[in-house]
Amino acid sequence: MSEYFFISLAAIVAIGVVAVLLLLSTILGPRNPNRAKLTPYECGIIPQEEAKGRYPVRFATLAMLFIIFDIEVVFMYPWAVSLGELKLFGLLEMVVFIAILGIAYIYIWGRGGLEWD
Amino acid sequence: MIDDIVHFFEPYIYLIVGGVKAIIIAVALTAVVPGLVWLERRLMGRFQVRLGPNRVGPFGLGQPISDSIKLLFKESIIQSSADKFLFHLAPAIVVFTAILSFAVIPITQPFEIFGQTIGPWIANIDSGILFIFAISGMGIYGKVIAGLSSNSKYSLMGGLRSSAQMISYELTLGIAALSIIVMTGSLNLVDMVKSQEAVPFILVQPLAFLLFFIAGVAETNRAPFDLPEAEQELVAGFHTEYTGMKFAMFFMGEYINMVTMSSLVTLLFLGGWNTYILPQNALTGFLAFAFKVLFLLCFFIWLRSTFPRIRYDRLMTFGWKFLLPIAIFNLLLTSALKVL
Repeated sequence: MSEYFFISLAAIVAIGVVAVLLLLSTILGPRNPNRAKLTPYECGIIPQEEAKGRYPVRFATLAMLFIIFDIEVVFMYPWAVSLGELKLFGLLEMVVFIAILGIAYIYIWGRGGLEWD
Repeated sequence: MIDDIVHFFEPYIYLIVGGVKAIIIAVALTAVVPGLVWLERRLMGRFQVRLGPNRVGPFGLGQPISDSIKLLFKESIIQSSADKFLFHLAPAIVVFTAILSFAVIPITQPFEIFGQTIGPWIANIDSGILFIFAISGMGIYGKVIAGLSSNSKYSLMGGLRSSAQMISYELTLGIAALSIIVMTGSLNLVDMVKSQEAVPFILVQPLAFLLFFIAGVAETNRAPFDLPEAEQELVAGFHTEYTGMKFAMFFMGEYINMVTMSSLVTLLFLGGWNTYILPQNALTGFLAFAFKVLFLLCFFIWLRSTFPRIRYDRLMTFGWKFLLPIAIFNLLLTSALKVL
């Protein structure tokens, strides 16, 4: 438990570094804004519409795929640590688990879920 | 008198030592960034048959320092349609997670000083590698928030690309590390180094090393996987709208992440502080660790000047269709060899 206390110490120090950097950049810099400076940068073209709101849907599909596979990896970590005790049983369990996931993976691949265009 | 002072501080000694270690590591990480920038510019110069920075100070060593002073005194522009709070929060998250994720990295073996055994780490937790993955994974929030809060199209695309790339390669990174965990049976980084006293794992697990290193390069957004900040298409990606020190903070985060990733590769695959040829003590251990990390950092820079940037769809296909199946296969092979 005490080791995690040291991590909170490190977190405090890291917050300190971040605060000092942000503070310095706010205090030291000059401040003379004008209209051109305050518009979003678009290579010199005047922005026509807001950037917020819409983004390509494939990013969302990818995020969903990631959740599926990441849960698998989360499950694998305790398994990997205790494989020395589980022996053959643990290995067979994992082979079955990965086989089921492999079917899902092949299905995603076949349906074009991993294509980017 | 002195005895009284010592006696008074006795119960708090672990607190003082811990605080000092935390401060030393945070300051060292902050200070190593200008050095790395210098190293990268010098090496890139040599790779491209030019001189690189050589005007300010000996060997141009003053260049990154004068650059950072200049950045401190630059105007901080926040464009009017940006979300002010999130705009400031984003670089803060990037630097915070970068420094914090280094907290569990042991830089040499424990040593004794004034009768106290001191571990050269801020914290030696049993879930060390999970902690690093968790905290450095949080770093993508900084990039996505930077992209979303800037309200600029380049930033938004950079932030989205960054998140998509990081989640794709995080899987490979995690599964490649799993092969090492299967072999050591522990998540503790000190235990992992101890189990490499005879041979470093790079010789036992070359495939896992390659996968881990490639995924690590992609995770730190370094060339040839630096799509989130591809200059030719996205200006500067998620930090297009940032100026001055806040702009520099993203660079700090990136370079500290590079150091953390190199340290992690060293601990998992190159034997950490094991010297193998020299006599083993805390000093030579630290030198060995520093040498290995420095070598990997130079390797990062070498990669950048060798490979052209990979196309975005190829990046995704490479991660999902090539690295992921190989990583799972390697994991199954390793565990089968361990059990049978």
